[in-house]
Amino acid sequence: MYSYLVRRLIALVPTLLFASMIVFSVVRLVPGDIIDLMLSESDFGADTVETRAELEKALGLDKPIYVQYFEWIGGILFRFDFGNSLWQNTPVIDDIAERMPYTIELGVLSLLIALLVAIPIGIYSAVRQETIGDYAGRTVSILGLAVPSFWIGTMVVILPAIWWGWSPPTEVVPFFEDPVANLQVFIIPSLILGFSLSAVTMRMTRTMMLEVLRQDYVRTAWAKGLTERVVVLRHALKNALIPVVTLIGLLVPFLFGGAVIIEQIFTIPGMGQLLLDSVSTRDYPLITGITLIIGFLIIVLNLVIDLCYAYLDPKVRYG
Amino acid sequence: MALLEVKNLHTHFFAEGSVVKAVDGVSFDVEPGETLAIVGESGSGKSVTAMSILRLIPNPPGEIVDGEIRFEGQDILEMTDEQVQDLRGNKIAMIFQEPMTSLNPVLTVGRQIAEPIELHRQAPLDKALEMAKVLLRKVHIAEHDKRVSSYPHQLSGGMRQRVMIAMGMACEPKLIIADEPTTALDVTVQAQLLELLKELTREGHSSLILITHDLGVVARYADRIVVMYAGRIVEQGTARDIFERPHHPYTIGLMNSIPKLDQDTKEKLIPIPGAPPDLANVPEGCAFNPRCEFAVEKCRQQRPTLEPVAVGHYKACWVDVRS
Repeated sequence: MYSYLVRRLIALVPTLLFASMIVFSVVRLVPGDIIDLMLSESDFGADTVETRAELEKALGLDKPIYVQYFEWIGGILFRFDFGNSLWQNTPVIDDIAERMPYTIELGVLSLLIALLVAIPIGIYSAVRQETIGDYAGRTVSILGLAVPSFWIGTMVVILPAIWWGWSPPTEVVPFFEDPVANLQVFIIPSLILGFSLSAVTMRMTRTMMLEVLRQDYVRTAWAKGLTERVVVLRHALKNALIPVVTLIGLLVPFLFGGAVIIEQIFTIPGMGQLLLDSVSTRDYPLITGITLIIGFLIIVLNLVIDLCYAYLDPKVRYG
Repeated sequence: MALLEVKNLHTHFFAEGSVVKAVDGVSFDVEPGETLAIVGESGSGKSVTAMSILRLIPNPPGEIVDGEIRFEGQDILEMTDEQVQDLRGNKIAMIFQEPMTSLNPVLTVGRQIAEPIELHRQAPLDKALEMAKVLLRKVHIAEHDKRVSSYPHQLSGGMRQRVMIAMGMACEPKLIIADEPTTALDVTVQAQLLELLKELTREGHSSLILITHDLGVVARYADRIVVMYAGRIVEQGTARDIFERPHHPYTIGLMNSIPKLDQDTKEKLIPIPGAPPDLANVPEGCAFNPRCEFAVEKCRQQRPTLEPVAVGHYKACWVDVRS
């Protein structure tokens, strides 16, 4: 198990390096040059060949792209320096550090809500198959699949404003300063994002539970005289959760994608907003920095998922 | 008094307009300490009979539509769910076929053996696990102290089936129902496990119902044999009756299709022609008649009832095959 963990951690390095190369070159291939953007804002001077060259030099964009890359990646590896924003000239890592907690909070809360909703309903739906409760659960989950979260988010912001002149609070406070005020802001976006995640998870839990409840070992459990609670929770659930955990691992990247949109709707100053802003201003170091960090988080989360596997499935633990 | 009396049991499965009469009027007794084998091909209703005894028939689609199952005089079919749960794994234990899939892959074997002890003996988990070790020793598993914390995938098929047996024995049941306990295993292992089952039932004075399709090996461990075909009993008697004086053409057919060691190799095995009937569409009269070489007109019209041919020996056949 430990050697497995170490292997995975070592494999993380080339994965991230490879990702960094792609991100680094792709953002520079996107049409729309930062120099054009800067010169269109008049305070950088007139659009002449000289000012262009000057600006490129000042921003370090005059060097060959591979030199830029090695300087950049070297900075990260040796000094944990992600470079400075091309516009504000502030360290990228500071911007990210300021925004990241909000995105992580949104992600974690959404995932928690998704699991708390999806797994119990999924179990119930499977155990009481073809009852009203099952139909209700499945209908709601179809809704969650069919209705995009940005639509629900927009409605939640707009409709109360029209009807009652009320809109969700947007004054974001860090969690550790004032948890109550913080949660007031985060609870609605997390519910919306969590709901859309819970739909798939609930369906998967239900299907897997139905599958597992038909297995021979569940019959064995019944034959021992165990109560339904024990049969379902001890014998069936642990087996059914193994594929559900896989699904959650696959959903994590979507969680970040969803967070970008939801942050926009609820004006949460998270990484999503920062990323959008940085893309529209072609702030290369910021884009690459954020993408790399999100990539890192996703890989780490997948590692956590693998550890969950090992907990659930002894074949993985001893394999 | 018999330990278990099954009277006129009917277990049917309902699916899309058709009724599968998996068990269609089966009656038999099991005496204390006795080993009864229920023999039949797949689809003869033997497993469904066994599952019905513990009310383990999945409903829907299955349902016990008629009959009585009296255990120590009490009708199991009249009991509440709690009463049945109290019986399962406690006074009546079941050992399933397919040891590969009948054990839970994510729980240690010790935990799985300990469960009925915890439940029915109200033992704390550590005590129950200690008892699980003793049980593993009883079923002759080497290194039982270590094996108690093994997972099923770490054990061989034979060992897993020993674990199943240990689990069945955990609460010293009065009746053990073993459904094809050795089907998935090597012949050498089969014999060992059957010996073990016999030894343990003898020790605990338990009764044993052996469900099997194997009239050759398994049924030899039985005191009495019930032969089932298409959801009904076609012949019933002591093991000696069945092996030495079989009366029903189906039983005779089964006997002829078993290879015997003392048989001349030039003598061919005689298989039973045809296949068992579709239980949703059983032939008129005797269900065996299309495959029976002795069938007469009456067999195609009237269903035979179980009639005595000697003391304790019954057959359901219109024809006197032996004369």
